[in-house]
Amino acid sequence: MEFLINSLLLLMLVATVFAIVRLKRLMIGVMLMGFFSLLSANIFMVLDAVDVAFTEAAVGAGVSTIFFLAALAIVGRTSKPQNATRTFVPLAAVIITGALLVYASFDMPYFGSHDAPAHNHVVPRYLNDSPNEVGPPNIVTSVLASYRGYDTLGEVGVVFTAFIGVFLLLGAGTRKSGVERPAPPNVQAESMRQKVVLREVSDLLIAPVLIFALYVQWHGDFGPGGGFQAGVIFASGVILYALIYGIVPAQKVFPPRKLAYFPGIGFLLYALVGVVSMMRGGNFLDYGVLVHDPLHGQHYGILIIELGVGITVAAVMINIFFSLSERSL
Amino acid sequence: MIEQLPAIQLLLTLLAAPICSMLRNGDHAWRLATAATWLSTVVAIMLLIQVWDGGVISYQMGGWPPPWGIEVRIDELNALVLLLVTLFGSLVITALRESLRGVMRHQRQSLYYTTFLLCFAALIGITITADAFNVFVFLEVSSLSTYALIARGRDRRALTASFRYLIMGTIGATFILIAIGFLYMVTGTLNMQDLSERLPAHWDNRVIQASLAFFTVGIALKVAVFPLHYWLPNAYTYAPKATTAFLAATATKVSLYVMIRFLFDVYGIEFAFEKMQLSTILVPLSIAGILIASLVAIFQNDAKRLLAWSSVAQLSYMVLGLALLNASGITAAISHMFNHAMMKAGLFLALAAMIYRVNSSKLHDLAGIGRTMPLTTGAFAVMGVGLIGVPMTAGFVSKWYLISGTLDKGWLPLAALLIVSSLMAVVYIGKIIDVAYFKPAPPQHADVREAPLSMLIPCWIFALLTIYFGLDTRITAGLAGRVAQSYLGVS
Repeated sequence: MEFLINSLLLLMLVATVFAIVRLKRLMIGVMLMGFFSLLSANIFMVLDAVDVAFTEAAVGAGVSTIFFLAALAIVGRTSKPQNATRTFVPLAAVIITGALLVYASFDMPYFGSHDAPAHNHVVPRYLNDSPNEVGPPNIVTSVLASYRGYDTLGEVGVVFTAFIGVFLLLGAGTRKSGVERPAPPNVQAESMRQKVVLREVSDLLIAPVLIFALYVQWHGDFGPGGGFQAGVIFASGVILYALIYGIVPAQKVFPPRKLAYFPGIGFLLYALVGVVSMMRGGNFLDYGVLVHDPLHGQHYGILIIELGVGITVAAVMINIFFSLSERSL
Repeated sequence: MIEQLPAIQLLLTLLAAPICSMLRNGDHAWRLATAATWLSTVVAIMLLIQVWDGGVISYQMGGWPPPWGIEVRIDELNALVLLLVTLFGSLVITALRESLRGVMRHQRQSLYYTTFLLCFAALIGITITADAFNVFVFLEVSSLSTYALIARGRDRRALTASFRYLIMGTIGATFILIAIGFLYMVTGTLNMQDLSERLPAHWDNRVIQASLAFFTVGIALKVAVFPLHYWLPNAYTYAPKATTAFLAATATKVSLYVMIRFLFDVYGIEFAFEKMQLSTILVPLSIAGILIASLVAIFQNDAKRLLAWSSVAQLSYMVLGLALLNASGITAAISHMFNHAMMKAGLFLALAAMIYRVNSSKLHDLAGIGRTMPLTTGAFAVMGVGLIGVPMTAGFVSKWYLISGTLDKGWLPLAALLIVSSLMAVVYIGKIIDVAYFKPAPPQHADVREAPLSMLIPCWIFALLTIYFGLDTRITAGLAGRVAQSYLGVS
């Protein structure tokens, strides 16, 4: 049964990719890319990688689709016709890459095999000792936030860099906040507000989405989730609100000028936990030294860095959305 | 304190970046960024002193021992790369203020310095880590910030240059990620030392063989090994102001360091070069790169683009040195990595100073600039001579080792080709010098003044270093020689 589901999902992935490549209409392409992410999320789900599936669904199918749409509003909806003769080199590169992957697959450990090296070297310590060394019942959280917390700091750095890059190129999403613009703030949003079904359903959804984000944030060490997912979910709630009611009311709740500080604040919060542990005589990001009891220290450390992640991710997403939509008006 | 240095090395600039992004005043942002990078340089020097003569510093992030946690490991090789990134990066950012002032609004300037700091910190992160996946994480940060820096160029063509680099760079990074994933699949570890111990048992495994292939292509894209150099000339040409100097000095060099670290340490010489015969691919490609890129450089009429093509040729020297696989060759590669970073950063910086005054990098606009800007052009000439490889300059040292590396192999024709390529460098550098000194200045540039001191001083520091490292080779060739010995001794 699982084999059937997997094959079906994979086939659908392939079909979606072909459709995206062949399509000239970018709007549909963007929609299909969202669908692609949703399919991948399903595959991760079948693979029992719930945390990854969660992120993929929220980022790939949710927020990034909206960013693409906002970009389309700026650049137009159809792609220029391509010169067919120039596709030979890329095609050859793709075929060689594919062949190499297939070649490698013959010697890969059998799918799901329990004696695969990946399960037998570092993982046993994560599985057996992490409840006594780190604490959280969700081992993914232990690995991500503590054993490999330094990598996660780097990942937050990636998100922060994306934000700085967008701001550097497009400018902050603000023109003198508070000053009403002469033109109607968001023509599309005006019309969206009049769509009764859309408005009512969104009204029903927005509050639970925001609360769910908080749940995912604080419950990350017990169940799947954590700062990355929570940040994205929170941001999608806000973006949904902005899509229906327009940018201006959303910017009243989250003034862009102030919001622009928050990606940095979250990032600093994370890094400063590491600096504090250095001051208390431990290594960078060694949460064990934060308070008397190492296990408590780990717990507090993880809570704070996850908060930092959540703040950065949510603020970055909302900031980028504001910045893009200011451009497309 | 002293045992925390590896973390401090990264944190100085990594923490400065978000603070910098919150500053509304561009001058304050510059002060913070400059202070952070220079302090970082001091730390790099302290680390280099500690590991001098073969010491190794290991630092466990989060207090978890490897392979469970992430280890930071500093030996002579990456201490040298740290010095390269921090010292040359700091010199460039010191000169950057003058050229950004007036052309960018304050808030933008802050963001620009933030991006610079993020790139700087990420390059340090890549250099110090001993964890294969961690390399990828910081590679992402450095790549993203580089794309943003390039796209900020004044010309709209900077956007396409940046986008092209983004596509190529992402393919490269994805390939590297696949390679690391494959390594993990077969060995179950990500720590480099642990990997190198566990890999020999799996040399016949196709996954590992494919991993090497993916890694080599991926990193070759990042290093801009011919014919994957496609992105480099435009990216360097359209990157704004002195930023090109920073990118030319650091980004490709750190990628080259990653190449050395993985091929020699993780995969190991025996696997990568003896079993998989990487040299048979890398040697012809780098020879082609040296000759073709030098030839293309000769026919450029834009000084920035000319130097960019020269970079492609010079990077091929380094890859050739590695692929020769003897002591002289590897010494040449590592010392040229340092020397070329220094000379090319200096050249691009001097060029940025000229562009600052004449607002163009076209050769005919630079005519007569040797008389209107004698000091800047003087520094340019010194480093240009260094790039050609004239004795008493840094360039000579590394080229000397490279040629003796080919002679050790008994490849006489190749040594001759290298001398031909040096003559080509004489032609393309000569082209700029000729225009600068022997052509009359166009009337609209008759009243051009000397570059401001804040740009002139870093230029001359680069020029003087070019001569210093031509005379004192302990830090460059001396250290590189020891690293080469340790690689060849083990295998």
